[in-house]
Amino acid sequence: MGAGPAVEAQNIVKQFGQGAEVVRALDDVSVRIAQGEFFTLLGPSGCGKTTLLRCIAGFETPTAGRILLGGRDITGEPPNRRRVNTVFQSYALFPHLTVAQNVAFGLEMLGKSRAEVRQTTERMLALVRLDQLAGRRPDALSGGQQQRVALARALAPQPEVLLLDEPLSALDLKLRKEMQSELKRLQHETGITFVFVTHDQEEALTMSDRIGVMSAGKLLQVGTPRDIYNRPVNRFVADFIGETNFLPARAEGGVIRLASGEAVAQGPGSGPVTVAIRPEQLRLDVLAEGLLPATVEGATYLGTDSHVHLRLSDGSAVVARVPSSPAGDSAPPSGTQVGLRIAPGAVQVLEG
Amino acid sequence: MVPGMAEMATARRRARAGWLLSAPALLLLLVGAAGPLLVVLVFSFLTKGGYGGVTLPLSGAAWFGVFLERDIFDGTVSAADAHLVIFWRSAWLSVVTTLLTFVLGLPTAWFIATRPERSRGLWLFLITIPFWTNLLIRTFAIMEVIRNEGLLNTALTGLGLIDRPIQILFTDWATLIGMTYVYLPLMVLPLYAAIDRFDFRLLEAGYDLYASRLALLRKVILPIVRPGIVAGSILVFIPALGSYVVPRVLGGGKNMMIGNFIELQFGQARNWPLGAALSMLLLLVVTAALLVYVRVSAREGRDG
Repeated sequence: MGAGPAVEAQNIVKQFGQGAEVVRALDDVSVRIAQGEFFTLLGPSGCGKTTLLRCIAGFETPTAGRILLGGRDITGEPPNRRRVNTVFQSYALFPHLTVAQNVAFGLEMLGKSRAEVRQTTERMLALVRLDQLAGRRPDALSGGQQQRVALARALAPQPEVLLLDEPLSALDLKLRKEMQSELKRLQHETGITFVFVTHDQEEALTMSDRIGVMSAGKLLQVGTPRDIYNRPVNRFVADFIGETNFLPARAEGGVIRLASGEAVAQGPGSGPVTVAIRPEQLRLDVLAEGLLPATVEGATYLGTDSHVHLRLSDGSAVVARVPSSPAGDSAPPSGTQVGLRIAPGAVQVLEG
Repeated sequence: MVPGMAEMATARRRARAGWLLSAPALLLLLVGAAGPLLVVLVFSFLTKGGYGGVTLPLSGAAWFGVFLERDIFDGTVSAADAHLVIFWRSAWLSVVTTLLTFVLGLPTAWFIATRPERSRGLWLFLITIPFWTNLLIRTFAIMEVIRNEGLLNTALTGLGLIDRPIQILFTDWATLIGMTYVYLPLMVLPLYAAIDRFDFRLLEAGYDLYASRLALLRKVILPIVRPGIVAGSILVFIPALGSYVVPRVLGGGKNMMIGNFIELQFGQARNWPLGAALSMLLLLVVTAALLVYVRVSAREGRDG
């Protein structure tokens, strides 16, 4: 394995339709995904993440740009020539084949010897813990088991890159959590580069080495989960990843001031900006000098914590996250005047 | 009353009511299907009457005459070659018709199933239009196409591809063309139904797993649409084997199929027992062929 990226997209443009009804699904997207990396494409539905995945798999041909696999240009190659395999959202298991035959399919198509096909199939089935069900048909399996077959089938031919198209979206919450750690384990054991597509930000944050956030055909930000969460480049990323309070503010003389006049951060430039603060970075306290005055308007109990809805003196709404205590009520009653303490470094200043 | 007796009585009453309710259907089956078949079976074991019809006594002569013939002069027994030729022609024409309708029908059904939802109805409608016309008229239409001064020969001569018309009409080829045309919709419709249920995402999965287009057809498409292939083949093969109108009109008098031969026995030849025996034979062959075909295709389906 070389030191270069496992897969690289260079200035990918993908347009659908013709004439006046052209839709730009991908708009000049470039990204490098390293060997052995767990990379997640994250974005709302219709943002182009699946189209990018399909360009890498070969099901779509980019209108412009290049796809490199291990440094080699594969833009014009059909899917059956690319050492890339896909785990489909619908799994797309062959209903007429047994679990073992499904897993063996890719190996047989590659013309591997009988012995090698059998050996690899057995190894893959053991890897996803399905050795007991090798002779079953897919329709006799549960959703989670089908998911494992799809994974084993895509991993069996030892692809250079494994593409996963929202593979967990059809599973219930508990199973999804289980499969998340299962996927991490599989990636660790096989050492194959994973490119994972999801619209679930929590899934992206917990599983990925790096995340690429997409919106409207553009790749907005690429970074580690911590980067993306703590230093979002714009309002969209901040809003999409986790919950955030957006407050109108002004930059003036090296200080960022809220509309109500309080200085919340230092920052260059002048003119209107937006300040983003995560709800868990706000602490409720007795109103005092240096704290942000606010009025409690209500609270939502969420189990591990409560969302306290507050209003600042300038009229803007803010949500603070207060951990639950065993004693019971942790949120003050509506109408209470409180002071908001902002954790150091929690204020993100965004353009506009 | 012992517990359980009441339930047993209810069950018995239900069973009796069930029989009563299905009586009309059973009666219809008895009178409409089993009865006539029984008549034909009995006829095949009687002696032929002088002017058609059947008389006693019981006789195996008709069944003997299906495969064998006795020389009028010296009484030696030999195979009835003329009959065997007809059986053989019926068999190969039906098998090849089934194959041809499949080869033509699969792309057709695939084409329809991959159209946008709203235009599929129109295509299916077009496929079924021939059914609106009398079979005889359709057969004569084919005759118009393939006869020596017909559309096909005129076009080929006009293009300079041939010097003189090809004799297609009144050959086995004419019968083959006619039957393929007539039975094609019976293959297309079940194939369409199977392909319509086909999950096209499986093609992407196969393509992703290094399958060539041919491998996709052989390993993914054909095994999955197999029920449609089986249904279409049965729907085409059975009526093709018993074809009467098409070989009569297009094949000419010489190129009989078993259907024409049976008609001949009940008509000019005035040998009803032989006609009845031939009919029973046709029924047996079709049933046997069906059983074998269904069993073999089911096994292949299991083996994947």
